Amino acid sequence: MSKIICSAAIRGAHKIIDMAEAKYEEAVKKYGPEQEVGFPNTAYFLPVIYSMLGAKVNNIGDMKDIFQECRKLLPPLVTDTMWLPYLAPALDAGMATFFAEEMFEAIRYLDDPGFYTKTEDPTGGNLWLGAADDVVFRKRGVEFVDGTAPGFAAIMGAPPTKEIASKIALELQEKNLYIFMHDHTDGVRMSEQLVANDVQVGWNTRLVPFGPTYTSAVFAIGFACRVALAFGGVKPGDYRGNLIYNKDRTFAFVMAFGPVSDEWYANAAGAINWGFPTISDFDIPEVLPTGICTYEHVVSNIPHDEIVQKAIEVRGLKVNVTKIDIPMAFGPAFEGERIRKDDLFMECGGGRTAGVEVLISKGMDEVHDGLVTVEGPDIKDIQQGQNLPIAILVEVAGREMQSDFEPILERQFHHLINYIQGIMHMGQRNIMWVRIGKAAVEKGFSFEHFGRVLHGKLHQEFGAIVDKIQVKIYTELPKVEEVQELARSVYEERDKRLGTMTDETEEVFYSCTLCQSFAPSHVCIITPERIGMCGAYNWLDGKASFNINPTGPNQPIEKGECLDPSLGVFKGINDFVSQASRGAVTDLACYSLMTSPMTACGCFEAIAAMLPQCNGIMVVNRDHTGMTPSGMKFTTLAGMAGGGAQTPGFMGVSKHYMTSPKLFMAEGGLERVVWLPKMMKEEIAEKLKERCAAIGKPELFDMIATEENGTTEEEILKFLKEKGHPALEMEAVM
Amino acid sequence: MAVIRNGCESCADITCKSTLEVLSQDIAKNVNTAYDRVRSRGMSACLFGSSGTCCRNCNMGPCQIIDGVEEMIGICGATADTVAARNLARIIAAGSASHTDHAREMVKGFIATAKGQTAHKIQDVEKLHKLATLFGIEIEDRDKNEIALELGEKALAEFGSQDDEPITMLKRAPAKRQALWKKLGIEPRGIDREVTEMMHRTHMGVDQEYHNLMLQGSRCALSDGWGSSMLSTELTDIMFGTPVPRRAIVDLGVLKSDMVNVTVHGHEPLLAESLCIAAQEPDILELAKKAGAKGINLAGVCCTGNEILMRRGIPVAAGFIQQEMALATGAIEAMVVDVQCVMQSVAQVAKNFHTDIITTNYRAKMPDAVHIQFEEHDAMNSAKAILTKAIGNYKKRGKFFIPEKTKSDVVVGFSHETINYMLGGRFRASYRPLNDNIINGRIRGVGAIVGCDNYKYTDESHEIIARELIKNNILVLATGCAATSLGKAGLMRPEAAEFCGESLREVCETVGMPPVLHMGSCVDNSRILIAATEMVREGGLGDDISDLPAIGTAPLYMSEKAVAIGQYFVASGAQVVFQSLPITGSKAFNQYMTDGMMETYGAHWNIAEDPKEIARIMIEKIEQKRDALGINKKAERVLFDMEMRRDLGSGALSDVGCHGVAGPR
Repeated sequence: MSKIICSAAIRGAHKIIDMAEAKYEEAVKKYGPEQEVGFPNTAYFLPVIYSMLGAKVNNIGDMKDIFQECRKLLPPLVTDTMWLPYLAPALDAGMATFFAEEMFEAIRYLDDPGFYTKTEDPTGGNLWLGAADDVVFRKRGVEFVDGTAPGFAAIMGAPPTKEIASKIALELQEKNLYIFMHDHTDGVRMSEQLVANDVQVGWNTRLVPFGPTYTSAVFAIGFACRVALAFGGVKPGDYRGNLIYNKDRTFAFVMAFGPVSDEWYANAAGAINWGFPTISDFDIPEVLPTGICTYEHVVSNIPHDEIVQKAIEVRGLKVNVTKIDIPMAFGPAFEGERIRKDDLFMECGGGRTAGVEVLISKGMDEVHDGLVTVEGPDIKDIQQGQNLPIAILVEVAGREMQSDFEPILERQFHHLINYIQGIMHMGQRNIMWVRIGKAAVEKGFSFEHFGRVLHGKLHQEFGAIVDKIQVKIYTELPKVEEVQELARSVYEERDKRLGTMTDETEEVFYSCTLCQSFAPSHVCIITPERIGMCGAYNWLDGKASFNINPTGPNQPIEKGECLDPSLGVFKGINDFVSQASRGAVTDLACYSLMTSPMTACGCFEAIAAMLPQCNGIMVVNRDHTGMTPSGMKFTTLAGMAGGGAQTPGFMGVSKHYMTSPKLFMAEGGLERVVWLPKMMKEEIAEKLKERCAAIGKPELFDMIATEENGTTEEEILKFLKEKGHPALEMEAVM
Repeated sequence: MAVIRNGCESCADITCKSTLEVLSQDIAKNVNTAYDRVRSRGMSACLFGSSGTCCRNCNMGPCQIIDGVEEMIGICGATADTVAARNLARIIAAGSASHTDHAREMVKGFIATAKGQTAHKIQDVEKLHKLATLFGIEIEDRDKNEIALELGEKALAEFGSQDDEPITMLKRAPAKRQALWKKLGIEPRGIDREVTEMMHRTHMGVDQEYHNLMLQGSRCALSDGWGSSMLSTELTDIMFGTPVPRRAIVDLGVLKSDMVNVTVHGHEPLLAESLCIAAQEPDILELAKKAGAKGINLAGVCCTGNEILMRRGIPVAAGFIQQEMALATGAIEAMVVDVQCVMQSVAQVAKNFHTDIITTNYRAKMPDAVHIQFEEHDAMNSAKAILTKAIGNYKKRGKFFIPEKTKSDVVVGFSHETINYMLGGRFRASYRPLNDNIINGRIRGVGAIVGCDNYKYTDESHEIIARELIKNNILVLATGCAATSLGKAGLMRPEAAEFCGESLREVCETVGMPPVLHMGSCVDNSRILIAATEMVREGGLGDDISDLPAIGTAPLYMSEKAVAIGQYFVASGAQVVFQSLPITGSKAFNQYMTDGMMETYGAHWNIAEDPKEIARIMIEKIEQKRDALGINKKAERVLFDMEMRRDLGSGALSDVGCHGVAGPR
């Protein structure tokens, strides 16, 4: 019965708070109250404390008030007889536990800077990654928002053997969940079991070794808190909003292996506040009545072969997985997996051999659905290290199929092939590159499996527009060259069509509310010349998506009368946005940063911000962790632009939009851009140079500053003056 | 062995253990109790009186009416229906008036407190702000006493309000219920006005149509439930602290052999709170020591007991029916009384002992009692004078008998706020888990057991009903002397979950709560109105109180206040079951009360004498509501995919599993 659980949780909370407070007092002595403290590269301070209490812990001295709050929340121990109601006190104790653990971990970052790697993957023998910084968080957050990751499993301890550990990890991966691993059971840690069993761990495979002790569980909760803050527009201190948001949208749960300590109970009780239940393999009491979580709160004694299924059922999650009949595991969790040199069996394309992939549409009678052919040697016919050329030709037919949809379907190859465990796919078109891992070959990989995957998944995702799919795979050079030739003409045709398409030529734009599950008041407008700020959805995607699902997240909008061509204000768009944002946003300028800019959910590739002194605009991409001339890092800027709010002067943009003729048109276009991180400037260099030339100012490219020229407005202004940047001569925008 | 009180047909066996223990002692042999008087009176109750058809509203009569006998209508022509309805309406008016006059004192005490003129202070600022906001009072950057003063004055104005605006707290009711009241034209206006109008309309020759009379009966009762009682509860909470869970003890065994026993009997907690403070003052303790006592043992009787039990954990010695038994222990130095439910006999019982009956309120005096006026503005001195008097009696204590082992542990303090908190903690407080578990059937519904106790039926009535309900997985809320009785029965221990049906037990064990929740005194029935409204607001159980699988009962009711409570429950949409009502002499009116009201209010009165039958009716009505809500069908677990999560924001999925974010929280 739950008295045992609540009693233990409250006991555990006492121990944890005592322990953390002792650590804090030690730290005050050692470093003084002014010492800065925090998790690496985040704008959310200690995120659980920040989101629940609205309090910013900047230095050690700030912790004093929080510990007082912990003490206030901490209830007396439950008595053996005549107890007072204990559920609520246990939940409060669990919350106080997280506050204490967060402060404990923050001090650990100070005391032992090398304890966590602070990277996406383990490095140099250190498995423990520590808290996700905002770069990782935003990158992964997108997957929560678009549904490719419905939630996470917070694992405490380890199953009895590495084989069981690997199997459970794989099952969770197949449900598209993130797996956050903490602590140990009898000295055995799940992350170590996985590594010992040759399973790749790290953010890229969604198997995240957060930390070796139970206190790192707070990183998982902090991740959830930030999802609500960044994407849900939940305000810091709105604890109820944050908790309910997570209960309804982040499908997370705690999975505990082995005996449950008081400290684990305290963490589990805390997690219930977020609606995250606990599923245990051990014989502990259960808490079955519902109400705080969606369904049961604690379910126990679940055999290992049922535990994943049970967990998602208890959490109330439905994962739609179509079984693809191949011998390797398959799913989004394997997309980020890498095939390193030592794991490599062979590779195709990528400059090593010829490689090409292309999708074309054909007549209904020209396609034999389900046909997959491999011409040339297959894996079984070659030795390790023997590379082959490859051509993947997919032919589709369907009554609703349009040639405009070809590139969209083709673009899926990358992630679909990557979804296969043991296979790594990079690039696209005729610069594609696949690496086949030894592990995949051991499981019986054949090139035919590419065909099976593409056939199955394209049918599943695009069933509304394609009726038949056949896949031809060639590994003989003459045939590959033949396909390359065909592909070249297809690409040429396509690029021509896309190149002529502008916002003026199309009467319809598309909305995108794909992220409304996480950002309820945000709506994106996708035009031919301004793709979604996540960088993932362009106008054609919107069109195809609408054809596939006419009531789905992408709706056509008659742009209607153009009310201001320079700002990009359209009557039809305003009407739509007003309705879709439920009145939150009534005016939208498609091409302006300063006037009614587009809102963002939080998963933008980059953020544009006005630099008033420089009279210009800076843009910073998500991966740039350094300071920017705005005086804010990306993560702080993201807080200004995200959450569905319209903030003039701050706006989410995609990298692609940077080279669009419609870029910041209201503010004077590309000539207004004064600063970009070097990384981003290099990434878009080729196209950016083209655009500079197109507007008749090829010299502009070199006038755009990067962090090498400075990270303060003063430094940049000086640089701009030296270079004679045109922005300085333009009309003031502020 | 039970003492059988012969000679009284309707009087039940005494089964209460502490009563039996005390009455069987030598020292109690000269004590005359209600049970004895029932016997010695030797006659049963007047048939016209108990069936509601004796009219003495004018000096042409009194007229005894016999329904259906043409010659036996009133001299003025009043029919049985008119007479019974008028009589019942006057009972309601008297009950409402009692709550109202109690509430008025509390509001005045509240105002005095806000002005700093009492020993008390504003304690629950959160609740103060909530109430102030409801009354349209600015709270930003204002001192709590300033807000409290404005709130107190606005509250006081509601009593005598003369415009036709509805009283403020009606706004707390579910929207649908408010609309119904408006449509029926029964929104209470000034609180006092409704009692006055009721008395007027029942005067000879005014309102002579029973449906119409009961419209005002409802309005008058609503002015009590959503007006005076609610004001009293809320302002008392703000002043003395909103109850939180705490442990305490009930029954006569709480009296102490080596301390000065002072019992506080009546209803208004102002006096009792002051006594609590004064009893801890060093000079008073010193005085007690000098008298040879170890200290002062305050213990409650009747609803004053419930007030200080809920807020301070001070033990309750007895409910209404045991007030004489408490004195019969010979161990009480003083019984301090204020208003309501004090039997005149206590002064006579006290004559057998050293005990003083101290009346403290100018409104409530009796022969053979000592009167020490309790002055709110000089509360500490009044309280000390009372205690000094009691201490003075300690040395005079003669033979006494305390049934020391007869007492029961209780966990009390289940205010609406406590329930809200205990189901989700500080960060997730809500009624969601209650609604969820009602919807999924672990809890079938909620039964309120309220009211008095009474010699007429077995002492165990409350316990029998409660046990039957919890066995059938119905959560029980209790107030008043009914709550004291259930506490004595051991049902307010958390361990009592073992007496529940399996699924209610599971919920009780999850929360750590007893299956019977003590919600306070009889004015605190307003807490039940708020709890019911909160259940409606939380969603999934219909959109009005009349949709909820919830029902009330006041078995063993004695006071007119219980009838007022019953009527405000019914007018608010909640069914009630009573053991009797004085309306049986009128066919049509009786029919209207026990059935016809359904059409008007979505609820009606039910009558059943046998406790088991009462429980059966309650269970049956709850199941009917469940059927109507469609929650008796097995619901499949809803699993959420991405599409469904996307729809959460639109509120389209409010009727499935996790209840999304639809609606404000």
